[in-house]
Amino acid sequence: MKKVIHIIATLTIIGAISGGLLSIINKWASPLIAENKNAETEKGIFLVQPEGKYYEKINTTEIEIYKVYNANKNLIGYSLAYEGNGFQGKIRLMIGLTQDLTKTTSLEILEQVETPGLGTKITEESFKNQFKGLLAFPKIEWIKGKPPVKPNEIQTITGATISSKSVVAIINEGIQKARSLKERGLL
Amino acid sequence: MKKQVSYWHEFFKGIWEINPTFKQILGMCPTLAVTVSAINGIAMSLATTFVLIFSSFLISCLRKIIPNQVRIAAYIVIIATFVTIADLIMKAKFPVLSKALGPFVPLIVVNCIILGRAEAFASKNPPIRAILDALGNGAGFFIALTVMGSIRELLGSRTILGYQILPLSFEPLLVMILPAGAFITLGLLMGISNSIIERKKKIEHNTLIEKYKDKMSSTHLSIKSSN
Repeated sequence: MKKVIHIIATLTIIGAISGGLLSIINKWASPLIAENKNAETEKGIFLVQPEGKYYEKINTTEIEIYKVYNANKNLIGYSLAYEGNGFQGKIRLMIGLTQDLTKTTSLEILEQVETPGLGTKITEESFKNQFKGLLAFPKIEWIKGKPPVKPNEIQTITGATISSKSVVAIINEGIQKARSLKERGLL
Repeated sequence: MKKQVSYWHEFFKGIWEINPTFKQILGMCPTLAVTVSAINGIAMSLATTFVLIFSSFLISCLRKIIPNQVRIAAYIVIIATFVTIADLIMKAKFPVLSKALGPFVPLIVVNCIILGRAEAFASKNPPIRAILDALGNGAGFFIALTVMGSIRELLGSRTILGYQILPLSFEPLLVMILPAGAFITLGLLMGISNSIIERKKKIEHNTLIEKYKDKMSSTHLSIKSSN
């Protein structure tokens, strides 16, 4: 009996001390972590809207979308953060959109876990630059192995077709959702 | 017997004699997964060493209090606490690194180097020796991961720690940053370290035989001269 009490007491004390210690550290760390995440999102918003100076989060639970204003406080477009499945895991994108949601202004990859050296090429400028001023109406299409001919087409990366296609699919889905918001007058 | 081992040896054995990666073959999961670049290897081994030192110290201090039946449970709670602290600090202060290491930081909890050293050493030795042992093993892990990360980064993306070393005309070997490259690098490094040890053993063996021969001949001579 004495032994059982000893065992229970030791584990309880160890557990209580570590729990207490962790709550103290978490109290210190959580505002810093939140700050880092905000700074990253903010950086993404302005990266895809180079002329943007101010932004405002749109109050909706469906998608994460921001109104972006230029230095004169005129609305220049939207920044949409959207995620979906890539080749190996989630890809999170920041998509810059014009006011009428028909064109993408720019693209930024916020998070991805694609194959190093192949799928990770979606983060390279040569791929991302294809989305500068790309027509996204009715939707973005992709072409394999040839330079794009239509104004709403991009070329997939050799060896990373699935990752490239995933990026296009995520953007199309995101824009679709943004449009449905706009139709309901919520944007 | 144990008391005769010097403090210096307690530290140094982790670097070479029982190097966690090349000799004990522990902690293979982070070794293979995160060493795509030198900086990742360095960050991973530093985080592991941090946890290793503190948990070894604490476990060594508590070794007479923790009942034998629940020692593993107690060790895991202590280790998990330090891992969570390291994870939170990294997320708060080094967000880029924490992102690069991803789920491998929380997985330090089940890294067998830490539990292995706790069970094999810290739970049987006083705190000073436990810290030295943890430092030595951490240093051994650090060297192994840094070397592996550097080799893979150099051949896989021409750089070391982000600085370009190989000329642009060198076509990067994609396989080196894929999992297969990790196995190749680890295998070759293990082979090299084993062959060095093998050679050392052979030399020692030979010198022993020589010594014995000398002794034999000299005693033989002395016997002869006495005659």
